[in-house]
Amino acid sequence: MQSFRKIKTILTPLDKVNVDTDQIVPKQFLKLVQKSGFGKFLFYNWRYDDHEHLKSDFILNDPKYKYSKILVAGDNFGCGSSREHAVWALLDYGISVVIAPSFADIFYSNCFKNGLLPITLDDETIEKLQREIGEVEVDLENQKIRTSSENISFDIDSHKKKILLEGLDDIAQTLLYEKKISEFEKHSKIPSVL
Amino acid sequence: MGKTLFEKIWDTHIVVEKENGPSLIYIDRHLVHEVTSPQAFDGLRMNNRTVRRPDLTIATMDHNVPTNNRTLPILDQTSKVQIQTLEKNCNDFGIQLFDINSPNQGIVHVIGPQLGITLPGSTIVCGDSHTSTHGAFGALAFGIGTSEVEHVLASQTLWLEKPKPFEIQVKGKRKNPHAITAKDIILSIIKNIGTSGGNGTVIEYKGEGIQDLSMEQRMTICNMSIEAGARAGLIAPDEKTFEYLRGRKYTPKNYESLVDYWRYNLKTDNDAKFEKNYTLHIDDIAPQVSWGTNPGMTCDVTESVPFPETFSKGDQNQKKGAEKALEYMALKPGTPITEIQIDRVFIGSCTNARLEDLIEASKVVKGRKTSTHVRAMVVPGSQMVKKQAEELGLDKIFIDANFEWREAGCSMCLGMNPDILSPGERCASTSNRNFEGRQGTGGRTHLVSPVMAAAAAIEGHFVDVREMDLN
Repeated sequence: MQSFRKIKTILTPLDKVNVDTDQIVPKQFLKLVQKSGFGKFLFYNWRYDDHEHLKSDFILNDPKYKYSKILVAGDNFGCGSSREHAVWALLDYGISVVIAPSFADIFYSNCFKNGLLPITLDDETIEKLQREIGEVEVDLENQKIRTSSENISFDIDSHKKKILLEGLDDIAQTLLYEKKISEFEKHSKIPSVL
Repeated sequence: MGKTLFEKIWDTHIVVEKENGPSLIYIDRHLVHEVTSPQAFDGLRMNNRTVRRPDLTIATMDHNVPTNNRTLPILDQTSKVQIQTLEKNCNDFGIQLFDINSPNQGIVHVIGPQLGITLPGSTIVCGDSHTSTHGAFGALAFGIGTSEVEHVLASQTLWLEKPKPFEIQVKGKRKNPHAITAKDIILSIIKNIGTSGGNGTVIEYKGEGIQDLSMEQRMTICNMSIEAGARAGLIAPDEKTFEYLRGRKYTPKNYESLVDYWRYNLKTDNDAKFEKNYTLHIDDIAPQVSWGTNPGMTCDVTESVPFPETFSKGDQNQKKGAEKALEYMALKPGTPITEIQIDRVFIGSCTNARLEDLIEASKVVKGRKTSTHVRAMVVPGSQMVKKQAEELGLDKIFIDANFEWREAGCSMCLGMNPDILSPGERCASTSNRNFEGRQGTGGRTHLVSPVMAAAAAIEGHFVDVREMDLN
């Protein structure tokens, strides 16, 4: 997995609540069998009109935000379907940080498997960030967001932070517990299916 | 202090516990389907890993299978590749697959319980958010992403933060159980607690209103826990639960001794503490119809499309959300719900395509015809449901009324197969999500129960099904 330490870009304010994963990557694009190439489908129905032309009124289509890597959104970001394609699409498009007042559970956990940093902040700070026009630095190691005028701290679980900083292979770590897993299986009450 | 049912299941599945941070939890059942698994199997191959417990893993294809004639080839090449990829992966890694021609094929959350794969007190995962369905059996069941699918395939475990227990009491009795269904109960709950009201929690549904429900109705309730944001929903098993699973294809040989254990161990202690509580009284609830673009945007069939400013209670975000939703749904505030005309009806999905759902809907449809401007379809949740329904003659009732009678799959719940709405079409749907474009780009979805969907198909607009004679 790719690691995440620090980035500095302008923010893209996406002023919407309950952004569900059906909007992040619509179902007609879930048929690929690889993880790459989902960026072009990100927010597809919001970015493109019926003739597949870019809609000028959607913020991601504003050339100003072309190189932004930080998305700032409303409450309950990533709700709905468990599709990890949503995270793959964000990353492939170029987004590596999403800041929101809250995230849906499955989306939140999917972020850490792919090197996308989700940051939870209170509504007031988010509103302030939505108005920030200059470049902003997100520093995971020090848990800081630095704007032109402010130094904002954010919380993150230490285990999750480590995973992102080191880009750890989750499965390799787990397989170190092989003995414990085998021991558990010896005493499990739930029988095999077959 | 006592423990909740959720905490008991959690505690008996801890493989590794750390003071701070997530615990390593053992997974008893892993259900796999074609859409969220290909990248996981690829990951295993790249790292020379195997599937640790193929005997705890079951696969089927449901999300993008066509629901028309199964003897015809699949026309959508990308769907075909995904289906063939699952076949190859199951073959390579030794996993039991119910393929498109299997009599056991169906929506993964319908076949799990039907085959006796779902068991009380177990942990169940699947790369699909509606895995919460299996919680109806007192299992801890939740949806996971593709990376976690790979993790479970490789290790049969997951690192999980412990969710908080959330108690929802459903009190009272439904006056008309044919018209007021489990779907109306869960939509009422989501309407009240909101689509993020359950974030970070496992909901336990309790009370007379839940005990009265059949197993299939309980599945409808737990299925939509995710629409309230909850990780999982569960219901303590009782004699109905044990009876439902008795004698099914994969019910364990030592089932009765397991039942003896479950009967006394799988319940919340009286002195257990929940972090959150909510109570719904169902004596007087009405059939529910969603009007917006998330399942919390729901009202009684007797009400009118709300005015965003009254709905918002002063919260600008809520008001903006409601305005956007009404714009997308092309609805005017103040329009009575019963005056909303519909173009399509979909009876299907892991929420509402089990045998009882089809039986109840058929009582509304019997001897009637769909409205001339409505195209209606029934997509049974599994091939087993389809067969049982046909044995009861339900297919004839629906076909005589001009419904299409299809093969099993997820179908128009998410529109990954050819069953989709055209832009602007309005659908009364028994599925679980009314998100923008969910059933087809530009399509407009109203979530309802199977009897409400059937009634709308007949009348061409929403009606209060309590006022219809049932056959």
